[in-house]
Amino acid sequence: MSINRRQFLKIVGVSTAAGIGGAAVFNGLRNSGLEAAQTSPDPRTLTAKRWGFVVDMDKLKSEEDYQKCIDACHNIHNVPDLSSLPEEIRIRHEVKWIWTDNFERTFPTAPEDEYQNVELKEKRFFLFCNHCAQPACVRVCPTKATFKRKDGVVMQDMHRCIGCRFCMAACPFGARSFNWRDPRGKDGNGKPFIDPAKENKEYPTRMIGVVEKCTACTERLAKGMQPACAEVSNGAIVFGDLEDPNSEVRKIIAAKYTIRRKPELGTQPSIYYVIGGGEHA
Amino acid sequence: MLDKALIGGRRYWTWIFILLAIIGVAVLTYLKQFNEGLGITGLSRDVSWGLYIGQFTFLVGVAASAVMLVIPYYLHDFKKFGKIVILGEFLAIAAVTMCILFIFVDMGQPMRIMNVVLHPTPNSVMFWDSVVLAGYLGLNLVIGWTTLGADRKGVKPPQWVKPLIYLSVPWAVSIHTVTAFLYAGIPGRHFWLTAVMAARFLASAFSGGPALLIILALLVRKYTKFDPGYEPIQALGKIVTYAMFANVFLLGLEFFTAFYSNIPGHMHPFHYLYAGIEGHNKLVPLMWTSSIFAIAALVLLVVPSLRKNEKVLAFACVILFISLWIDKGFGLVIGGFVPNMFEGITEYWPTLPEAIITLGVWAIGTLVLTVLYKVAVSVREAA
Repeated sequence: MSINRRQFLKIVGVSTAAGIGGAAVFNGLRNSGLEAAQTSPDPRTLTAKRWGFVVDMDKLKSEEDYQKCIDACHNIHNVPDLSSLPEEIRIRHEVKWIWTDNFERTFPTAPEDEYQNVELKEKRFFLFCNHCAQPACVRVCPTKATFKRKDGVVMQDMHRCIGCRFCMAACPFGARSFNWRDPRGKDGNGKPFIDPAKENKEYPTRMIGVVEKCTACTERLAKGMQPACAEVSNGAIVFGDLEDPNSEVRKIIAAKYTIRRKPELGTQPSIYYVIGGGEHA
Repeated sequence: MLDKALIGGRRYWTWIFILLAIIGVAVLTYLKQFNEGLGITGLSRDVSWGLYIGQFTFLVGVAASAVMLVIPYYLHDFKKFGKIVILGEFLAIAAVTMCILFIFVDMGQPMRIMNVVLHPTPNSVMFWDSVVLAGYLGLNLVIGWTTLGADRKGVKPPQWVKPLIYLSVPWAVSIHTVTAFLYAGIPGRHFWLTAVMAARFLASAFSGGPALLIILALLVRKYTKFDPGYEPIQALGKIVTYAMFANVFLLGLEFFTAFYSNIPGHMHPFHYLYAGIEGHNKLVPLMWTSSIFAIAALVLLVVPSLRKNEKVLAFACVILFISLWIDKGFGLVIGGFVPNMFEGITEYWPTLPEAIITLGVWAIGTLVLTVLYKVAVSVREAA
């Protein structure tokens, strides 16, 4: 043999390193082109330092007030409708981005009070992702599939998600849904979970085995539009920059009594609830 | 050395084929889960981890328990463990294999498993858990194989393996500590948010793992010509006893803090597990079985005259293992999810496909263990 094993390995090693280096240069060139394209955002894009919501309970009166917000969100995001499944399975497999529940379940760590104002006790509260400033879901995700954007929105990359559901265990607000079954599938009677007539072709449907949740309508913010729920809520859901003292959300928070869900956990939720009081406060 | 696993009697091959048959059925069931989604399990939006993750957690403990043989033998020169330390190391390999498989079958998108490596995320405990588990598997493979290989040739193990053995000691502690951190660092899940979680994990691991080893050592003696010896098994029995007392003590601490503080969120999971809440009581019989078995095992183990009888010892180890399997492989995970984040209750119970897949993973682990033990025993028999 003209070369021994050590020499052979050296040559292989050096040429491999050179190959990788070459590829890196090539990729670098290609990437720079992409980045240039990304540096000119849509001028209509709404920007903020920290997006947040105010939910004004005084403005939510009828069942319809709630339902139109839920429908607006779930329709444009192609959230599968599992209501045709048997109740027991529906509860387990349900996917929801925004929904309602009573005071006790929305604020389970609020002091128990049997003498509480009956009206408040029976009110239905909106629940959706809190887009926490210190999100536990982001901390635990092993692949950065869920991450916090610079504008405070907690986002979800459904193409990277491995479906480990650590984020579901970590979220103290139950904001996250998992696709236990194929959202593009059908129930036993052949009724599709996403009605083809209503499907929004502008927004992707999901695949089986990934986690999803409210995204604060980032796809709408990019076009200069408010989140869908806020848009149709007649002022019950107000969206704005929590870091801007002149924003509408900050003005409401400064003027009225608001509470947040489980603030003691330190995740710093970005949804403020205006409860009761109103003119009487 | 693997060739030794290919030579065996009728009983050996029958056992192998039984395991392969179970694995075959489980693989077919898994394909169904792969196609239809995790919806075929009993899991839900509220109880999003169940039997799979419970088994994973429990088996990390079994894997870590090899250190209970390694420390006395390599650090304290307790020679009596010389013959059986390999059984512990090979058990660790089988256990970690099962851990990895349980994580795999629990994933919604298993084909993306390499994303954990492609997008390493140091702030995620799960990332670290995969690192330490893979490392521990590697360590035990290298150590076990090298020492056994040296044994076969009748020579001392090479010097370079010593540092690896020492490294395996803190590494074993790390795998179970990190696994406990998966749970103990989550805000809002009262049942898991406890500083003694990792300590409890280690205590239960160091009693459950050696208990399984005692059972395996007795089986090895019964079915092969290799006798692990009376004294090493007795020494293991003492380890099981002390560790189990520590475990029960730590569980007692949890009860005290929850009930004396009288904080509702801390008491609810215990209420659910041991008494049921508003008629939701699926886990109550299991949890009481676990408690009664734990106490019975402790009584049998702590009395020296009883423990010295190997039949009693074996029985105590079996019920102790079942007790810990229920407590950690099931109750621990479910108690974190019930009540849910809204203080509501959605119960969980595994489905048949889920149970078959679980059994299949255990069968794969048992197959790995059988093959490794066959090799180890053949080497020992020849010695």
